[in-house]
Amino acid sequence: MADREQNDSDSSGGWLSAFAPIAGFGVTFATMFTKVVTEEYPEQKVPTAPRFHGRHQLNRHPDGLEKCVGCELCAWACPADAIYVEGADNTEEERFSPGERYGRVYQINYLRCILCGLCIEACPTRALTMTNEYEQLKGPTRAGLIFEKQDLLAPMLGGMIPAPHPMVPGTTEQDYYQGKVTQAVPEQQEWVDARTGDDEPAQEAHR
Amino acid sequence: MTVTEPSKTPVDLVTLTIDGIEVSVPKGTLLIRAAEELGIAIPRFCDHPLLAPAGACRQCLVEVAMPDREGNVRPMPKPQASCTMTASPGMVVKTQLTSPVSEKAQRGVMELLLINHPLDCPVCDKGGECPLQNQAMANGQGSSRFTEVKRTFPKPIRISTQVLLDRERCILCQRCTRFSKEIAGDPFIDLQMRGAKQQIGTFSPGVLNFHVDLPDPVVRTSEELEPTPQSLQQGSSEDESRGASHEHATGTYAADNLTTTGQALLDESGQPFASYFSGNTIQICPVGALTGAAYRFRARPFDLVSTKGVCEHCSSGCALRVDHRRGKVTRRLAADDPAVNEEWNCDKGRWAFNWATGADRLTHPLVRDPETGELEPVSWPYALQVAAAGLLKARDAGGVGVLPGGRLTVEDAYAYAKFARVVLRTNDIDFRARAHSAEEEAFLGHAVAGTGLGVTFAELEAAPAVLLAGLEAEEEAASIFLRLRKSVLNKGKKVTSIAPWASRGLIKLSGTLIQTVPGQEAAALGTPEAAAAVSTPGSVILLGPRLTESSGAYQAALALAAATGAKLAWVPRRAGERGAVEAGALPSLLPGGRPVSDAAARVDIAAAWDVDSLPAQPGRDTARIIDDASAGLLPGLLVGGVDPDDLPDPAAARAALETASFVVSLEVRASTVSAYADVVLPVAPPAEKGGTFLNWEGRWREFPQALTSEALSDGEVLDSLASEAGEGLGLRGEKAGSAELAQLGRWEGARTERPEAHTLAPASATVLSTWSMLLDKGRLQDGEPYLAGTAHRAVARVSPATATGLGLAAGVTGSVTVSNDRGEITLPLAITPMPDGVVWLPSNSPGSPVRARLAAGNGDPVVLRLAGDALMGA
Repeated sequence: MADREQNDSDSSGGWLSAFAPIAGFGVTFATMFTKVVTEEYPEQKVPTAPRFHGRHQLNRHPDGLEKCVGCELCAWACPADAIYVEGADNTEEERFSPGERYGRVYQINYLRCILCGLCIEACPTRALTMTNEYEQLKGPTRAGLIFEKQDLLAPMLGGMIPAPHPMVPGTTEQDYYQGKVTQAVPEQQEWVDARTGDDEPAQEAHR
Repeated sequence: MTVTEPSKTPVDLVTLTIDGIEVSVPKGTLLIRAAEELGIAIPRFCDHPLLAPAGACRQCLVEVAMPDREGNVRPMPKPQASCTMTASPGMVVKTQLTSPVSEKAQRGVMELLLINHPLDCPVCDKGGECPLQNQAMANGQGSSRFTEVKRTFPKPIRISTQVLLDRERCILCQRCTRFSKEIAGDPFIDLQMRGAKQQIGTFSPGVLNFHVDLPDPVVRTSEELEPTPQSLQQGSSEDESRGASHEHATGTYAADNLTTTGQALLDESGQPFASYFSGNTIQICPVGALTGAAYRFRARPFDLVSTKGVCEHCSSGCALRVDHRRGKVTRRLAADDPAVNEEWNCDKGRWAFNWATGADRLTHPLVRDPETGELEPVSWPYALQVAAAGLLKARDAGGVGVLPGGRLTVEDAYAYAKFARVVLRTNDIDFRARAHSAEEEAFLGHAVAGTGLGVTFAELEAAPAVLLAGLEAEEEAASIFLRLRKSVLNKGKKVTSIAPWASRGLIKLSGTLIQTVPGQEAAALGTPEAAAAVSTPGSVILLGPRLTESSGAYQAALALAAATGAKLAWVPRRAGERGAVEAGALPSLLPGGRPVSDAAARVDIAAAWDVDSLPAQPGRDTARIIDDASAGLLPGLLVGGVDPDDLPDPAAARAALETASFVVSLEVRASTVSAYADVVLPVAPPAEKGGTFLNWEGRWREFPQALTSEALSDGEVLDSLASEAGEGLGLRGEKAGSAELAQLGRWEGARTERPEAHTLAPASATVLSTWSMLLDKGRLQDGEPYLAGTAHRAVARVSPATATGLGLAAGVTGSVTVSNDRGEITLPLAITPMPDGVVWLPSNSPGSPVRARLAAGNGDPVVLRLAGDALMGA
C-alpha cells in the first residue's frame, strides 16, 4: 500500500519520472555499501552468542569423576521427551561419580530436542549444561542423532583422570560439590594404573 | 483406607464436627479416618490403616475441643495427634484447613522432621512418590531456620541382601518396625538410642555394640530363635558406654563396617534377616529410608507405567501393581485388595519376576532338524504344521498324553483340556506336575471342582479355629499366613497344625502342633485332638499339598468336616491348580466339575464344544502317562510348564520324554522338557498376557496384559495348533477361554464319588518329611540373587533321640546324610522336637533337591547316617 502511494507521488513528480524505471535499484545500490548480514556459513564460521543453546555436555568434577547422578530430572523436565536416563549404583570397583548413584545410560535424541534448556535448569548437580556447538547436530541417520553418554561427556582437562576411579581419599560427596576437590591426586592415578596394569597382558594377547 | 471387614451388624455412631461439617462415624473411629470420610486429608507419616496407631511422627496434629462434664465444649490446651485419638460425641475438630493453630503445628513438625532429612531427593528411589516430599510441598514451608550441619550416617546399611536402610532419611515413624512385629512377626529392626541419635537399626555390633557369642546359626533349633535375656542385657550395657563416647558428639557415626555389598547382617535371633515379608516395609516406608536392592536406582516413579497384576506364584492370588518401563518390568508392589491380600504380599511375589526375562527365554518356535538332531528356529506356520502333523500321527498310533503343569491361567488350562478332548480325543490330561494320588483326584472331583467361591480369606479371618492339615502356611501360601496371624493376634484365633514339627510359621501363629509322622496324616485327622481343634462352629480345615502323599487323608478330612461341621478348603501350592481343576485338566473331570464317567456330562460338553462325542474312558494321570510313555505305550506328549524335577520320579519323567516318539513343548524359557522336545512353541509369561487365575478360594483373579509383546498365551498357541490339525477350538482372544468356561456353568448333576477307603501305609524305620520353602531354587525365582539371599538356610531336621541314635552326643553339631537307592543329600543338622525316625529336608532348597536326587516324598523310607565331617562343638 505504501509503495503504491509512493509510486503515485512519483508519477506526479515530472522529470523524476524519467528515472522511474531504475528508481527501484536505489535500494539495491544503497544496500551494496551497507554491512552484510548474510553469513558465508560453511566457508566462514561465526561464533554464536555466548549463551547460545547448542549441544549438551555432561560435565566432570575436576578429578574426572562425572557430575551426573542419573536422577532423570532432566528427562522429567524435557517437554519433548528427548532424554532417556538410567541410573545405577556406584561400586568400589567401578565408581563413576561421587556418592551412591551415577547415570549408567544417558541419551539425548536430537531429532526431538528443541534445545529449550529446561533440562539445564532442572539439573541438580550442574552436570548438564549446553555448549555453543551446533554442527554435530546433523546427520544422515536417525540413530546417529541419538547421542549417547560418551558423545555428551565433557572433554578431559588437565588434572582429570577418566572415570571409573575412586574419589579423592578423605573426601566426601559434599566436598566435591563445595569445590574442595581441584584435581586428581596421585592415589587415584595409582589405582587406575594398577587396574590398567592388570589388563595389559590381556590386551596384548588380544592384539 | 482399607476396609478389611465390612461390618454387617449395626454399629454405634458418634457425631462430631470436623472443620464445621458434622459427621457420624462408628464408635472408635480415629479422627484422621473420620476426616477422610469427609474428604479432608490430614498429613501423616506413621499412620497406616492396617497397623496399630503409634502417634510417632506428630505430623497429623489438629485442634480438638471436647464437651466437658457440664457439656461446655472446651478446647484442649495443645494440638492433638489425630491418628491416635478416637472420635467422641460432640467433639469439635479443626484441621489445618480451618485452624491456624493446627496449620502452624503441622508446619513446625514438618520443619523439625526435615532438620536432619537429607535433601538428596534426586538420588532417592522414593523421590517422585514420596509422602514426605509431597506433604512438604503441600503443608510445609519453603525454607528452614536450621542452618547447622545435618546429622549424617554412613549410607546405607544392608539389612538383608534385599533391603537397604538409609538411616539419615528416616523420620522414625516406626511403620517398618510395627509391620515387622504386628503383621509379619519377624522383629528384625527396632528403634535404638535416644534423642537426636535415635535411629532404626538391626541388632548389629556397629550400632549397639551388640555382641552375642552364637554357635553356627545353621544348627540352631526353633527354641533358640528367641533372643536370650542375657544377650539383650549385654547389648544395653554396651549401648550406654558407647553412647557416651565422644565419637557420637560430632554428629557422624562410626562406619559400622557396613557396606552396600557383602553378606547379610544377622537379625536379633542371630540368623541372617530372612523375613518373607520384608518387601512390605519398603513399600510402606513414607520416606526413602528403606529401599530394595533389586529396584535401587533402576527408574524414577514418573518413568513407570503401572498395570494391575495378579501374582503367579502361590495359590493366594495376591493383587499386584506391576510397574514397567520400556517393555521391562522394573518392580512389583502389593496392590490394595481387602478381600484377598489386604495391602501386603510376600517377597517372592514382590521380587521374583525376572525369571521371565532370562537369557534362555524362547522367542521363536523351534523344530528338531531330522538330520542334525538339533532344534532349529523356524516360522510359526511351519512349526504349527509339524506339531499338528506329529500329534495327529501319535494320536492315531496310540495316543498323546497332555501335561499342562500347574502354573496356567484358567484360559490356558481350559484350552489344554479342550485340546486334549477335541483334537487328541483323549482324557489323558493331568495338570498335577507334583506328587499326586488317585484319592486326591477323587477328592477334587467330589469336593473342589465346580464348587465356586468356597471358604474366603474373610471367613478364614473370622473363623475361631483353623486346622492346617499338611499345609505350611508361611512357606506355601504366605497371604494365608498373614491373615491367620492377624486374627490370632486380634481375635485369639486358635491354629492347629498337623505336621511333624512346629515350623517357625506355626510358632508365630501361637499354634498347637499335632505331631504326625509323614504319611500318617489320615490317622492324625481322625484323632480327638483334631476334632477338638475344629469343634467350634465356623472353624475351617485347610488341606495342604502334603496330604496327597498321605493315604486316606482326604477321606479322613471329609469325615472330620462332616463330624464337626467345619468347612474344608483345598490349598494347592501353585497359582494355576485350582483353575486347572475347574477347567477340567484332569483325567476324570470335564470343565465345571463334570465327571467324565457321567454320560450326561459328556453330552453336555460335547454339545457345547460342537463335537459328536467325547472320549468316555477316564484318562491316565501324570504317573501313568509317564509310565506308559517310558514303556512305549504312549507315543505322543504335549507338555506345558512342567519341570521334571517336581515330579515324583524325575528320572522316569526324563525317560518318558526320551522314549516318546513325538514331544511338543509349550514353554516360556528353554527347559528340561524343551531339550527333549521335537517341537518347541514359545508362550508368554504372565506379564505378557492377560488372563485369570483362580485362587484357592475359587475367586476369579483377572489381570490384564502388562507389557506389549508378540508372545502368545498357551491358549492362543493351542487354538492355532488345533486349527492346523483341522479342528476349531474357538479360543482366540484373551478372555475367550474363561468366557466359554463361565458359559458352560457348574455341573448340577451327580458329583464324583467320595474318595475310596485306603489302608494306611505301614510306617518304615526312618521316613522322609519334606515341603518346599517359600524361597528356594524354583524356576520362577531365577535371576533374582538379592531375593535368593534371603532364603532360609537349608538344614536337615531330626528329633533329639534320633540324633542320639546316630551317635551324636548332646550339644554336638554336625551334618547328616539322607540317602536311598537313588542318591543322597547331606545337610547341616538342626535338632528339632519331632517324631523319632523322621528326617525333614526342604524340598528344593540349595543343596537339597529332594525329588531330583532321591525321587522320594513324604513318608518314603530313607537311610540316615552321620556325615563324615561331623564337627565336635562346645
